[in-house]
Amino acid sequence: MTPNKEKMARQFTEALPFCKALGMRIEEVGPSTATVSMPYRTDIIGDPDTGVVHGGTVFALMDTCAGVAIFMHPDSTMTTATIDLRVDYMRSATPGQRIFTKAEVYKVTRSVAFLRATAWDDDSENPVATATGAFTFERPKEAGK
Amino acid sequence: MIKHRKEPLQKIKQRRDNALAALVDRVPYIKFMGIHFDRRGDELTAIMAFDDKLIGNPILPALHGGATASFLEVTAVIELAWAQAWQRMENDEVHTAAMAAERLPKTIDFSVDYLRSGLARDCYARARINRSGRRYASVHVEAWQDNRARLFAQATGHFLMPQYGG
Repeated sequence: MTPNKEKMARQFTEALPFCKALGMRIEEVGPSTATVSMPYRTDIIGDPDTGVVHGGTVFALMDTCAGVAIFMHPDSTMTTATIDLRVDYMRSATPGQRIFTKAEVYKVTRSVAFLRATAWDDDSENPVATATGAFTFERPKEAGK
Repeated sequence: MIKHRKEPLQKIKQRRDNALAALVDRVPYIKFMGIHFDRRGDELTAIMAFDDKLIGNPILPALHGGATASFLEVTAVIELAWAQAWQRMENDEVHTAAMAAERLPKTIDFSVDYLRSGLARDCYARARINRSGRRYASVHVEAWQDNRARLFAQATGHFLMPQYGG
């Protein structure tokens, strides 16, 4: 992993309009992994009775995080699209707390990447959500020979 | 029920529109996403007006997968809450004022199929409740842009329903 690739992933992702609108921040990247976080805000509340953020924001965070993990895969061209993503909501995120998510690419084929992700808040032992998904995967042209 | 039949048409419509608005307007994220609902009888169509902030791929440009997922999940949750509210209104259990306190279903899981890129234009979605028991519900949602037959995303989710007295 080159520091350059890390910097590119960070700058590119944090500048994406929807990621910017939700205030997403890249915490850490590794080869084929990424940790991304999102602050609590009252304008993204989904349940007005409890102040819990909308599930869609957690979905967006996990989708983004998966995308960054794919960028960081050594064979990736840094372009990907979600084929499918399933999120299991295990508990409500605690209002007021930042949500973190970590994604890892656990298998790539010639053109598909398979990912898993976990989300948590201050209580990192007790996941808020887990996700599993398939993404398009593109290798550099030369590497395909 | 009997009482409602004597209500003037305009008043019935107004009462139902107010009930829907009370449900939707309470959720800050629906406003953040620029989503609103079109009602025809009990049928809802969700509309997400295009906005630059929804972009996830500036080169194409295309909507962020998370924006699409949010739109689908909002559509599913409101459809479920609305179906439950509609039933309670028809049974005369609640009136508009009480509607504002309507509790929302909680998502258990949500699975999104991305069929093609969401383009830089308005999106539409409709949800179908495949099963709605006392406690759990299963909902399918379809989203399209210009052409109803060309879906750009679909989703299935399971939800925990709010419990009302008794």
